[in-house]
Amino acid sequence: MSFYDTIHDVQPTISTFSAEDIVLAIENDFPSKKNLAALLSSSAEPYLEAMAQKAHEITLRHFGKTIQLFTPLYLANHCVNQCIYCGFNTANKINRGRLTPDEAEREAAAIAATGLRHILLLTGESKKESSVSYIAECIRAIRHHFDSIAVEIYPLDEEEYSLLVEAGADGLTLYQEVYDETLYASYHLSGPKRDYRYRLDAPERACRAGFRSVNVGALLGLGQWRDESYFTALHGSYLQKKYPSTVVGVSLPRMRSHAGNYKVPFPVSDRSLVQILVSLRLFLGNAPITISTRENAELRNNLIGLGITKMSAGVSTGVGGRAVSEKSGGQFDISDERSVDDVSAMLYGKGYQPVFKDWMPI
Amino acid sequence: MQNDNLVIGGTALTNRLFVGSGKYSSDDLIPQVIARSGAQVITVAVRRVNLDAKEGCVLDHIPQGTILMPNTSGARNADEAVRIARLARASGCGNWIKIEIIPDSRYLLPDNMETICATEILSKEGFIVLPYMCPDLSAARRMRDAGAAAVMPLGAPIGSNRGLRTKELIRIMIEEIDLPIIVDAGIGRPSEAAEAMEMGAAAVLINTAIAAAGDPALMAEAFSLAVRAGRMAFLSGTGIVRETAEASSPLTGFLGGM
Repeated sequence: MSFYDTIHDVQPTISTFSAEDIVLAIENDFPSKKNLAALLSSSAEPYLEAMAQKAHEITLRHFGKTIQLFTPLYLANHCVNQCIYCGFNTANKINRGRLTPDEAEREAAAIAATGLRHILLLTGESKKESSVSYIAECIRAIRHHFDSIAVEIYPLDEEEYSLLVEAGADGLTLYQEVYDETLYASYHLSGPKRDYRYRLDAPERACRAGFRSVNVGALLGLGQWRDESYFTALHGSYLQKKYPSTVVGVSLPRMRSHAGNYKVPFPVSDRSLVQILVSLRLFLGNAPITISTRENAELRNNLIGLGITKMSAGVSTGVGGRAVSEKSGGQFDISDERSVDDVSAMLYGKGYQPVFKDWMPI
Repeated sequence: MQNDNLVIGGTALTNRLFVGSGKYSSDDLIPQVIARSGAQVITVAVRRVNLDAKEGCVLDHIPQGTILMPNTSGARNADEAVRIARLARASGCGNWIKIEIIPDSRYLLPDNMETICATEILSKEGFIVLPYMCPDLSAARRMRDAGAAAVMPLGAPIGSNRGLRTKELIRIMIEEIDLPIIVDAGIGRPSEAAEAMEMGAAAVLINTAIAAAGDPALMAEAFSLAVRAGRMAFLSGTGIVRETAEASSPLTGFLGGM
């Protein structure tokens, strides 16, 4: 049994719902799939404020007035995939580079000096340039600086994931990009990433390999957002039920422009992003929800309180640039360039405590 | 109420409200909560203690004299809980430990079996062990036999604020277990804390309902008063509370006077 079987069993019923359906969906403390579909539907749009109030209340009960901070560290941007929407697309003529484990350690030290204790390591997909053993070596090189190390890399086998857990990683982020299998094929022209099913089952392999937290999501803008968000929520819920000891979270990455000037095929408005966020909170209860610096500072500030529990801060999406010279441009343009101190000050100003450490290697 | 101390691990407590240290908008609120409520015991998640923090860590905000009860939040089995407990003691957090073993990330329900194992190991190592548990009489007896100083059954899942949903099970534990029963988790309102105390709970632990309140210090005082009121009611013994009026035509009236 895999989520792949589920995805074919259930057709999203994203159509129209009655006012009563929406109210019942909001009031249900243990929402069903039908409730979820109602919350994500166009019929729910007039009820966005009521949904937001409930999402706020649920988030407050589970996370209090806190937001956990982290930052990404790009280890390498070599990539063999041709994903037409991505800045690291193998066909793009950009500077490519990777940090040596020693350079990664120096970059990590610069990040740790900002006070952050949680980090997310990223690479493009290249088993030659950024092999599993290279990633594991980088984890070992930086782990004395951090309490939690998550990875956002290409999908691996269970045994390979275990190697990263042994090296000291405890979190995994892997976006399916787009759950619609036909669209998926149209975006991923060549490279190992064309294997939809291998990617879809990767979070599950990570759960089995012993990752503490696993984060899934759809790259918003690549498909119809109501369907994509519906499957994101069901994917999260599937993993939560099957692997109860793993903390399953979701992210809401929304597509931005990049080096290739790719036009976003299914743009998602701010209002729709809020509907997705509060629907996921109502459906997934205490799941961590992450918002990245793809969003601008003002919007990120406003999303606090609606269900967000994790934010990145002090972000760079290039390889190097903090302590060693920059080797490449970014994967995408960030819209919120605030430092860790700036984001912390903003959070305190809104009555929230920035949390730098919420984990420890056990 | 004279000399109505709660004794745990040889320490006499006069205040039966235990508080948490998570979920606050600022750790500066913690000393205010302690001062206003008079709480003497505070629990701290060891995994969240950040000794390297530029602005100081949560421990710096806990007033001198407050009893620190580190908890093993994040542990999924006995082995991890034991390691966290040892780490807490080694880093100077004292001898008390609240065992929290949660292998269920959806409802955050504790694993009683693993908790019994950890209780046994840590008691032998000289910890004052307070296990957080799903209310269950047999499990509580095993924790007592394993050396627990008190047991902490949940009123409802953590952070749910759903109130004393497990009331009947906790009531049985209070009657049958000769250890302090401290209701932990789920209590959302002071009236629910009073309800737990009225039925004989030794104390209650409140985190979310205080930390996420509009005015945490004020809410902490409200909880402290409710806990005290409930305790007084328990000590006094409630009068007979009837759900229905006394029958005007007694069924045994035909028997006449004695």
